Amino acid sequence: MDLAGLADFVAALWSAGYRVIGPTVGDGAIVYGEVRSLSDLPQGLTDQQEAGQYRLVRRNDDALFGFHVGPHSLKRLLLPPKERLFTTIRKGPALTVVPEQIPTEKIAFLGAKACEIQAMLTQDQVLLGGHHPDVQYLARRRNLLIIGTSCTSAGGTCFCTSMGSGPSVGEGADVALTEVISESTHHFIVEAKSSRGAELLSPLRLPSASSSEQQIAAQQVAAAAKQMGRTLVTDGLKELIAQAMDSSHWDSVATRCLSCANCTLVCPTCFCNTVEDVTDLAGEHSERWRRWDSCFHEDFSYLHGGAVRQSVKSRYRQWLSHKLSTWIDQFGRSGCVGCGRCITFCPVGIDLTAECATLQARHP
Amino acid sequence: MIALAGTAPDATDSALVPSPYVVKRFVCETDDTFTLTLAPSAGGDALRFAPGQFNMLYGFPAGDVPISVSGPTWRKDVLIHTIRAVGPVTKTLAQLQRGDSVLVRGPFGVPWPIANAEGQDVLLVAGGIGLAPLRPVLYHVLKHRRRYRSLTVLYGARTPSDILFRQEIAKWQARSDLRFEVTVDRSDASWHGHVGVVTQLLDRIELSPLQTCAMVCGPEVMMHFTRLALSKRGVPSSQMYLSMERNMKCGVGSCGHCQLGPFFICKDGPVFEYPRIASVFSVKEL
Ligand SMILES: Cc1cc2nc3c(=O)[nH]c(=O)nc-3n(C[C@H](O)[C@H](O)[C@H](O)COP(=O)(O)OP(=O)(O)OC[C@H]3O[C@@H](n4cnc5c(N)ncnc54)[C@H](O)[C@@H]3O)c2cc1C
Ligand code: SF4
Ligand code: SF4
Ligand code: FES
Repeated sequence: MDLAGLADFVAALWSAGYRVIGPTVGDGAIVYGEVRSLSDLPQGLTDQQEAGQYRLVRRNDDALFGFHVGPHSLKRLLLPPKERLFTTIRKGPALTVVPEQIPTEKIAFLGAKACEIQAMLTQDQVLLGGHHPDVQYLARRRNLLIIGTSCTSAGGTCFCTSMGSGPSVGEGADVALTEVISESTHHFIVEAKSSRGAELLSPLRLPSASSSEQQIAAQQVAAAAKQMGRTLVTDGLKELIAQAMDSSHWDSVATRCLSCANCTLVCPTCFCNTVEDVTDLAGEHSERWRRWDSCFHEDFSYLHGGAVRQSVKSRYRQWLSHKLSTWIDQFGRSGCVGCGRCITFCPVGIDLTAECATLQARHP
Repeated sequence: MIALAGTAPDATDSALVPSPYVVKRFVCETDDTFTLTLAPSAGGDALRFAPGQFNMLYGFPAGDVPISVSGPTWRKDVLIHTIRAVGPVTKTLAQLQRGDSVLVRGPFGVPWPIANAEGQDVLLVAGGIGLAPLRPVLYHVLKHRRRYRSLTVLYGARTPSDILFRQEIAKWQARSDLRFEVTVDRSDASWHGHVGVVTQLLDRIELSPLQTCAMVCGPEVMMHFTRLALSKRGVPSSQMYLSMERNMKCGVGSCGHCQLGPFFICKDGPVFEYPRIASVFSVKEL
């Protein structure tokens, strides 16, 4: 598929009733917004990332998906930062509850990276895998079409290969793209990953990719896997963390950690939320809102009398051990997909891969 | 991968959306503790529950908190909850009067092991408001008395005026098919009973440790010392059950607040067989 083909695909998605969302440029970062045409995409841009550092720079080509990950993730679409759950109306002593309508908007996400899709599958388990599936999330999830893009380069804080979540787009996508650029060509290898994806692609009558084109694309993705900015040794890590609850290393992280919660807000798998009740002055109408919360907030663990996790050390320990250890007990997979966002967006540059390496060295 | 197919999601199915109930009865138990009897505003049966399960009770407009059911399972028309007023939501609930409305969602959580305990001696150890979540077990065992061997309840309150369910306790104490012992931390002139922590009662009773199923509910320190005392008496830890408490916002495993190490207390608990939580039970600030 060439650029014109991709433009047709975007147009076809809009006419099929999808609102197309994807990477756009805003506030000096790649953020998710509406994609009406290819010019909305971050053409020729990439993100340079290091612990505590993020900046957009020009690439030496015109790649549309040549970035890695930014501050936004799919959870913003599926589990919005703030949403109303129900409204209560009081008339005399009687209360009436009006549940929020089920969302019906169809969204196509263009340009989801492999780790992003794995993070979504990780959240699916939390919100849909129990006895009480989250109906709002389920409705949004069913209405979400995913067009993934495999990475052909890795970012400075990426470690998806350590977590087995990238760089190649796998399950969870409806369509997978690999962007291939050389002096002579700029095209996409396209693969339908679901029947829904295949249905949307078939009217485009795309030429089939030659085996050499497919091979070149696969080689570029394989090259990305060898350039990971970070690595995490996961062998025995779950058990090590579970046994290191009393390690003095948590004190050392606590001297640096600001407990600002940035890492949990940018993390594509962190799902924690709280509820707020907003009441009108007359006290007759009250709305219940759910909003993102973080285990780094002191009142997160509040129990009449005071917080269970008073110290910053205990909150960092909760975060790291949930991501890399207890998540596996809970859901049979890690809570980390190796996207590196928490490293990049930490104001003081705390790097979980480095903290784990220190723990591993201290408690061999 | 979680399958997304199946019936379309329905807003009224959400476990996060409560149903209105009407207060049928409001009973003051002590200065700060009261019992609500609630019936569905729409009529019909109340939610079915098992002993040890909890509901999220919403005191309008303050918010909702987890409260265990304290009534008998066979009352199908109502839900009975006993609540200690300690903060914003429970103090709002304390203001309710007959005819007022509350919002209820639930029931949630893993119940007490009433089926496992059949054929055994049942030992209930309660501290403070911890008696309320254990009361449905007591009702159940008394109703199916022959399925169980001995029944012992050890209950500790802070002071004599903090003792819950006084009249009911007097009736239980008059029965010959259970032993109900009460102690207070601090006595006053009216009190002729035992003074001291609840573990001291444990030292005074006879036990067949290998045939005892112990269910413990109260503050964490109280459960800690009770567990140690039970161990000392030879009760295997796999026959000790504790009910844990953490901050809860959802009750269904989706808000993350109630986590204790690998567990979501709302859905993996609140009742745990002790060995399951042994490695995390006493870890500070977990
Ligand atoms: C499974 C389970 C069963 C229970 N069963 C019973 C029972 O049968 N009877 C009973 O009496 N109790 C029971 N409890 C305890 C009961 O849930 C608490 O007492 C109740 O949550 C207190 O709520 P509150 O609003 O009155 O007070 P608070 O605990 O003061 O506040 C409740 C909520 O408000 C917020 N909040 C209030 N103050 C602050 C602050 N300063 N900073 C930050 N946040 C704040 C917190 O998020 C907190 O979750 C049970 C608890 C659990 C987990
Ligand atoms: S913990 Fe960090 S690297 Fe792992 S998924 Fe979350 S933000 Fe990405
Ligand atoms: S790391 Fe913290 S905020 Fe993120 S999911 Fe776990 S408990 Fe929730
Ligand atoms: S109360 Fe929300 S996860 Fe347990």
